Amino acid sequence: MLDNETLLMLKTKAVRLRELTIREIAHLGSGHIGGSMSIIEILTYLYHQAMNVDPADPLKEDRDRLVCSKGHAGPAVYATLADKGFFPLDWLMTLNQGGTNLPSHCDMTKTPGVDFTTGSLGQGASAAVGIALGQKIRGFDGAYTYLILGDGESQEGEVWEAAQTAAQFKLGNLIAFTDLNKKQLDGWTEDIISMNNLDTRWLGFNWHVQRINGHDLEAIDRAVLNAKAEKDRPSMIICDTIKSYGFGPGERTFGNHSMPISVETAEAAIAELHQRFDVKEA
Amino acid sequence: MKDTTTINAMRDALMAAINDLAADHPEVVLLEADLAGCLGSGSFKKLYPGRYFNCGIAEANMVAMAGGLSSVGLVPFAHSFGCFSSRRAYDQWFLSVNYARRRVHLIGTDPGITAQLNGGTHMPFEDIALMRQVPDIIIIEPSDAQSCYELAVQAYESGKSSYIRIPRKSVTHRYAPGKVQLGKAEIISEGSNVAIIATGELLVNEASKAVETLSGQGIKATLVDLHTIKPLDTELIAEVAARCGKVLVCENGRYAGGTGEAIAAFLAQTNPVKMDFVNVGERFGEVGKLAYLQQVFGFTAENIAQKAARLAKA
Repeated sequence: MLDNETLLMLKTKAVRLRELTIREIAHLGSGHIGGSMSIIEILTYLYHQAMNVDPADPLKEDRDRLVCSKGHAGPAVYATLADKGFFPLDWLMTLNQGGTNLPSHCDMTKTPGVDFTTGSLGQGASAAVGIALGQKIRGFDGAYTYLILGDGESQEGEVWEAAQTAAQFKLGNLIAFTDLNKKQLDGWTEDIISMNNLDTRWLGFNWHVQRINGHDLEAIDRAVLNAKAEKDRPSMIICDTIKSYGFGPGERTFGNHSMPISVETAEAAIAELHQRFDVKEA
Repeated sequence: MKDTTTINAMRDALMAAINDLAADHPEVVLLEADLAGCLGSGSFKKLYPGRYFNCGIAEANMVAMAGGLSSVGLVPFAHSFGCFSSRRAYDQWFLSVNYARRRVHLIGTDPGITAQLNGGTHMPFEDIALMRQVPDIIIIEPSDAQSCYELAVQAYESGKSSYIRIPRKSVTHRYAPGKVQLGKAEIISEGSNVAIIATGELLVNEASKAVETLSGQGIKATLVDLHTIKPLDTELIAEVAARCGKVLVCENGRYAGGTGEAIAAFLAQTNPVKMDFVNVGERFGEVGKLAYLQQVFGFTAENIAQKAARLAKA
């Protein structure tokens, strides 16, 4: 359970990571803001509470690892890693520019702290199964593999191939999140290929399943601790989220998967962000 | 250096190599997709049960999983029939293994018409073309048991990813231990009238017989066993093209993107010579025993000899 001080730190950190992500995308002029904003609390919790990682030694073999299978959320991952000290903050202003170390989709060969290359949806799920299995083979006791999937991404059949395999191999060290923001590029997931009954789908694959508010850091904490208590089953934490959460102009735009953001829009949105989310000291 | 003379199937030569590598390298793991019985990988499972994983009939997942395993310092070998390890799992092989600069050895059994009674659905004619699109990997198609063993070991030692294309049950014993070298094609016979470059056991064997037929007709042929398709041994290809001025390429697969096209593209830039090809053309695969399929697709000594003779006289 999170004490008040930690919770305050995490909430403040989430605001900062949103601010960095908005500035990063606005500097470029457009980008995948929607699915970046919806996983900020998950990333905040993982990198500041859950994960055993060391920015000074990003390739430490027995570290915890994250596969952000929805690789287009790279900007949020980069903001988190830069803030954590994996690389200089000013790299964020190079997003998607020629020669950058921060390409649109996560690339382990370019970005310190990125644990696996993703972008072709569904593949990160299989890679995470391989990593979690590898941690066991290598005897890295206590090391976890975290996986972030999109709800739209879960239309990919490979996600379910990975799901059945993780259950078969009893990968209790694999903890996955579904960013259930209910939208995909072309619109509402419900209108395209419904992802309803996601919890029973994962239960049917013999995973430990929880459903929480994905913007509630205390709920994420409880869910991760529950997941860690499951030794022989992989865990799925289905996170109800809002696409573009915390970036006001995106929340108010239907087509917010990837959108243009001017520097002026960003600054106004950041002011709004602080107004809405800054933690007032008691 | 292991002697494989007593081995009586190509798959056993490959498994001997993988088992021996696993003995020396604890990082070697083996992934199967419900075809363990076909590769005979039960021997690995018996020796290293903690490093053997049957991933079921889900090849795409298996190959991306291999990428994940590789990122934790392991070196996976992964197997399916060639059509599934290439076509079905291609995006995973391309991105989660090679774009991500991971190191995995992918085995594709039953190349081309050797799938025989499994028929056209199971015949990889385009795997070479697909694999050639992937930067910096190794593609091997050994023509005998000894080269199968040694090239698999050398591919492992190269530190790169590889695609290993072998028939399962047939076997040929051609090379003495310690002879073959990854990336260096072998000259089986020397002659100056025509060069025959062949890949894989079936076509190297048929081409060998064709060389004898040609010899009876007074045509001296050079025969090259191109056991490594990538990287291409351009030095040797240039040399035999210069010597013979005529080149026939025989492959158990499709021209487009395949070995023949690779050689033609190289020679077009360096020394355009007259060429001809033995391959499956524009056909899909079909079911049948090997002898029947060889007739259908022209993978016979007779057809090779005819084409080579025509080329030599052209």
